[in-house]
Amino acid sequence: MNMRSDEKPIVRYRNIRKSYGDLEVIKGIDLDIFPAEKIAVIGPSGSGKTTLGRMLMTLEEPSSGTIEVDGELLWHKKVNGKLVRADEKHLHKIRGKIGMVFQHFNLFPHMTILRNVTEAPVRVKGMSRKEAEKIGMEMLDKVGLIDKKDNYPSQLSGGQKQRVAIARALVMDPKVMVFDEVTSALDPELVGEVLNVIKEIAREGKMAMMLITHEMDFAREVADRVIFTADGRIVEEGPPEQIFEHPKSERLQNFLSRFMAKV
Amino acid sequence: MIGAIAQYLPPMLKGIGVTVQLTLFSSVLALTVAFLLGLCRLSRYSLVRGISYTFVEIIRGTSLLVQLFWFYYVMPFFGVEFSAMTTGVLAIGLNYGAYGSEIVRSSILAVPKGQTEAAIALNLTRWQRMIHVIIPQALMRMVPPFGNLLIELLKGTSLVYFITLADLTYISMTLRNTNYADSLIIFTLLLLIYFLIAQLMTLGVRWVEKRVTAGRLA
Amino acid sequence: MWNRLDWDWDYTMQFLPHMFSALKVTIAVTFASFAVALIGGLLLAMLRRARYKGIAYLAGAFVEFIRSTPLIVQAFFIFYVFPISFNLVLSPFTAGVIALGIHYSTYLSEVYRSGIDAVDKGQWEAAKALNFSRMQTWMRIILPQAIPPLIPVLGNYLIVMFKETPILSAITLMEIMGVAKQFGSASWRFLEPVTMVGLLFLLLSYPSSLLVRYAETRLNRQRGS
Repeated sequence: MNMRSDEKPIVRYRNIRKSYGDLEVIKGIDLDIFPAEKIAVIGPSGSGKTTLGRMLMTLEEPSSGTIEVDGELLWHKKVNGKLVRADEKHLHKIRGKIGMVFQHFNLFPHMTILRNVTEAPVRVKGMSRKEAEKIGMEMLDKVGLIDKKDNYPSQLSGGQKQRVAIARALVMDPKVMVFDEVTSALDPELVGEVLNVIKEIAREGKMAMMLITHEMDFAREVADRVIFTADGRIVEEGPPEQIFEHPKSERLQNFLSRFMAKV
Repeated sequence: MIGAIAQYLPPMLKGIGVTVQLTLFSSVLALTVAFLLGLCRLSRYSLVRGISYTFVEIIRGTSLLVQLFWFYYVMPFFGVEFSAMTTGVLAIGLNYGAYGSEIVRSSILAVPKGQTEAAIALNLTRWQRMIHVIIPQALMRMVPPFGNLLIELLKGTSLVYFITLADLTYISMTLRNTNYADSLIIFTLLLLIYFLIAQLMTLGVRWVEKRVTAGRLA
Repeated sequence: MWNRLDWDWDYTMQFLPHMFSALKVTIAVTFASFAVALIGGLLLAMLRRARYKGIAYLAGAFVEFIRSTPLIVQAFFIFYVFPISFNLVLSPFTAGVIALGIHYSTYLSEVYRSGIDAVDKGQWEAAKALNFSRMQTWMRIILPQAIPPLIPVLGNYLIVMFKETPILSAITLMEIMGVAKQFGSASWRFLEPVTMVGLLFLLLSYPSSLLVRYAETRLNRQRGS
């Protein structure tokens, strides 16, 4: 399933490392994500999986290595054949192809729900407000929150907030979207509604998705490929059946058995 | 006593005019300076940060009265002569602006980091992030401390007494210089008037606070 | 214009001894009023928590009134009204200490209040359960927990009060600003004295405020760990 050598990857991590001071959290990762592919990234906390997503969203700069998005370097530019650090203008250009949903939603508290969803298309894509509102309403409809459009985020439940955050990211029509532990901050009874929305989006298909998650059943159901990271490296990867039913490495076996025991 | 009040109130009303004018102009200057300095202190460029930090520390490290004297008595040495009113507005506006810059800075820093990250993820530019996401949220936090600052500013205007600008305090002092026996009435009246102006300002700030935050703060 | 700008070092040197001897007055008035404010502020904070609502309300109104009227007018009131209406003649120093002390006691009462509010409610209940008297609860249980974290903030107010002392020159207290004014008016030349006074304030208050900030971060770190 991940043998798609004929197709060009939409995201390509090459020998990516990341350190904070003396602490190296990513120790050399290579990873390709193909258009419309859904990958789930699992692993113990501190394994660097969130950092992987944040580097793609340009929230954290890799210490070394390169990331390509849609055939173009993300954090670097080629000037006279040499790699130099990208400026904000370059980042701005590439960033348009990437979207992200955060663990803590990060909705804008001073804007109504509709405004949250339409602000970026108006400001960044230069859409008219009318046009943006049309698309915004479509997306709010998709996540089932059209009746909340005039509310403020503080009036919504956590699950509703996260659904708005998903709509807000979708409106920008990214080619790849990072879902960073989007259910970890939710009360257990609200997890389902958010996962259902993501499954629905995944079924539509056209967007690549990077699902950083602790929800194993969800990863298994949605992902085309599962990446298991531990200690800053990719320890094992493969289709969900293989990863969950026939884990090869001892590390993954331990992780899964501990995880199942907890549930 | 009623007679005394009737005698002193009219001239004091004139002084109120000057005090209110002074408060108004200095507030506008102070808020402007506070925003400019507050933003400069968060600049990407260390030179801008350094200059604004030094300016704020110099203003905060000396005292308003010294600055008032400096503008009034020392500026003429440099060939610049201001009216007492301009001097008052400049000194008071700059002084409270420097204190206000700390409010602006800390309110901006208090906006959660996730807000900036979400704005980056939506590909807003640096400038758009500041204008549409960070500052509107910081504004809500700024209103109450700015309210307190403006009350302090009102009180600070009384120092123009020293540069003989005929504000409320100065006029009351001249009244009492010719009517020693009525000192109690004059100063009590003076205190009450300041208290009243301050209460009105507090009401105004509360109104603004309500308008700005209406149902929005999480 | 340039010759008017010239800095006169001889003139400056003549002024400095006056300034340094007045500095003693400035410092004395600062610490004396700080002591008044420390005690007055604590008293006000406790009164605002008094069991009798009337007392609590009066204390609150007093704080509100003093905080929203200018220090200079309060100083005038004490210095000029007391002798005439209450037959109480006060020296500029005493009047200044009372005015500055009371003014800032209202600010410090807010500081104490925040510290007292930060003490866990369970502490009051535990004290009651152990049958401590109200005064014992304050002195033995609440204040020993409430006050130490406030020390940097209190230090800040000491610096603020120090910078407010020039206002007391209005009631003829000969602190450094008063001396500078007097010295300058003899020759109508204020450049040097006023600048030197400004520098002296900066020289004393900036390092002190750095010290306070240092104490603050240390305290925060202690509490964080």
